[in-house]
Amino acid sequence: MTTALINFFKDITNIFKGGPKYYMLMGILGAILAVGLGAYYLQVDRGLIITAMRDQVAWGFYIANFTFLVGVAAAAVLLVIPAYLYKFKPIKEVVLFGEIMAVTAIIMCLLFIMVDVGRPLFVWHMLPVIGTINFPASLLGWDFFVLNGYLAVNLAALGYALFCYSQGKPYSLKILLPIVIFSIPMAFSIHTVTAFLYGAVKARPFWNVSILGPRFLASAFCSGPALMLLVFQALRKYEKVDIEDKAIFKISEIITYALGINLFFLFVEIFTDFYSHTLNGASMHYLFFGIDGKTNLVPFIWTAVVLNLAAFAIMLTPKYRYNYKTLNIALVMMIIGVYIEKGMGLVIPGQTPDPLGEIYEYMPTTPEMLISIAIWALGAMIFIALTKFALPKIKAAKNFDH
Amino acid sequence: MIKNTRKHPAAIDLDRRTFLKGAALGAAAMALPPADADAGFLESFFQKHFREMSDEEIKKVIDRLEKDYSKQFSKEVKVKATKPMENVVFGYGLDIGRCIGCRKCVQACVEENNQSRDPQIQWISVLKMKKGAKMADFQTADKYYQPEQVPEPGYFYLPVQCQQCEDPPCVKVCPTKATWKEKDGIVVIDYNWCIGCRYCMAACPYGARRFNWGTPNVPAEQLNPNTHYLGNRPRPKGSVEKCTFCIQRTREGRYPACVEACPVGARKFGNLADPNSEIRKAMEHFRVFRLKEDLNTKPQFFYFFGVKSNRAEGGK
Ligand code: SF4
Ligand code: SF4
Repeated sequence: MTTALINFFKDITNIFKGGPKYYMLMGILGAILAVGLGAYYLQVDRGLIITAMRDQVAWGFYIANFTFLVGVAAAAVLLVIPAYLYKFKPIKEVVLFGEIMAVTAIIMCLLFIMVDVGRPLFVWHMLPVIGTINFPASLLGWDFFVLNGYLAVNLAALGYALFCYSQGKPYSLKILLPIVIFSIPMAFSIHTVTAFLYGAVKARPFWNVSILGPRFLASAFCSGPALMLLVFQALRKYEKVDIEDKAIFKISEIITYALGINLFFLFVEIFTDFYSHTLNGASMHYLFFGIDGKTNLVPFIWTAVVLNLAAFAIMLTPKYRYNYKTLNIALVMMIIGVYIEKGMGLVIPGQTPDPLGEIYEYMPTTPEMLISIAIWALGAMIFIALTKFALPKIKAAKNFDH
Repeated sequence: MIKNTRKHPAAIDLDRRTFLKGAALGAAAMALPPADADAGFLESFFQKHFREMSDEEIKKVIDRLEKDYSKQFSKEVKVKATKPMENVVFGYGLDIGRCIGCRKCVQACVEENNQSRDPQIQWISVLKMKKGAKMADFQTADKYYQPEQVPEPGYFYLPVQCQQCEDPPCVKVCPTKATWKEKDGIVVIDYNWCIGCRYCMAACPYGARRFNWGTPNVPAEQLNPNTHYLGNRPRPKGSVEKCTFCIQRTREGRYPACVEACPVGARKFGNLADPNSEIRKAMEHFRVFRLKEDLNTKPQFFYFFGVKSNRAEGGK
């Protein structure tokens, strides 16, 4: 057992080894993180007053990033399903990278929640037993539960597969399969519960719509896997990981459908709000056209719409989808598009106008951005470190067949 | 904050194990600026949920708070934990026909309830609305009106504060049960238990909740020293607060400060469970509506307008 464990952790030093380019990358990420820590110190000291959030818009950029990242995390199943349910071998070989991404995204989600709460030292109040979790009434309680559950499941699957690899043998599907199968409903639940977090709020008509859950799922299946595809190509190029074209093209095909559905859902919402033209449509109006000259979000949402439509057009054309250059352009456009639409484009208009009709234009402050960027940098570092640790094992595993 | 080296009985009570546990967690807390890291820090860190404390434990906490506050404001501050009265459910009435928009209530509320002066926090928002405006359309409302004189012709005023909903969405969403509805109908917050996630603010349909974005600041000479644990005691940075129907007064049979301050008598208050109370009488007399009825939150805050006609009463 001890030798097995030693074998398992043998490659951990790998994290600190690499060429000058690697050190430079990690150095830059580390510097960004340090700046963010400074900004966070300021926030703890002075309070959330250093952000642009106020009583009228009580959730801002942090929660927007959180929402986007839940989608990224959930997307790992998009690899699990074809790999294990349909035994699509090319994808099976990259599932572990998807899981690393899910783990990273969930950690980032939890960090975004931590920096958002006003009294972070007391978040233990939200735990069961030692705290007083408001379960099942509070969707935030639920979310906390499923996010941590999903993290645990993915860590278990990842840990088990890597552990077997480090012993020089293939994993037993008997053990791994139940775990990954279980991760499928978990992925749907983190997404659905996060959508319900908003959908449950009857005070905010913009959020309180039943299409939110489906829309969340559809958008998760575009942005998350899109990010994954870019990472796969990088791994292939820089780490010589053997990833087949077939896997990449299969995934990009699925993304195309998801993006189409996502656009359709968005259209349905826009239609309903603008056609029925009730007072509840004010948020949608604010988002797309602004109200009384208050138009902060307008350029962003239109950018998102244009990017998503263009990405969809590219992806829909096989000629461009099978061409890495155009494919990557489309992927980047889609990631930015969904990031806007599902992040700020969802969180802010939900609270604007506020329940008493006031329009407070929210735009994140510099410290708020620095803290958020730092969490992204930390996420990148976690992903790189985990990948570095896992790579030798995964590469070695190539030699045996499952 | 307070440089505190006092020896409180409860500090000695801390046994070794709790202390070690605290030290471990405290070490984690070191990453954060130790602004409140004094001897009382551990006690407040491990303080239980208000509703899970015995009367004795509550007393201990209150002793600690009283000492802290008294030191902080260099004057004696009382913190009570008066319980709800039997057979009392508080209700509030506001006659929008009378309200002149002078904001005397806002000022009285700030002073009575120790709301932060800078950053400014006010629990009551008075909305100026055009006469003839659709009632439900808050978009025509103006909260920041600054006229030479009130009332302004062509406008009416709609003060909004926590509606003490019978089915409060804020309570439902809170992940920590830090906010709840008391037996007498008042929705309260345990400021020491609130983690500041602000989900309740997203959930409140009446924009009634306020967050301490910065460190609240009330000049010592202006602090109202007569406080309640669930009401107007000084609040920590990063927690949520709102109107409590002046719990520190009303549980002792007094009127809320805003009712007393209103120069035109637009504000009524009383026991909904008592058919002879002022509020019940007023409800029989006026036409009554509640804000955003369609959301089914069932506010215990009623708005009055116009006197009920005899015909509506069935012609008596
Ligand atoms: S008005 Fe808002 S804060 Fe007050 S009880 Fe209702 S939902 Fe809660
Ligand atoms: S901010 Fe405080 S009272 Fe409001 S939901 Fe969060 S923990 Fe509960």
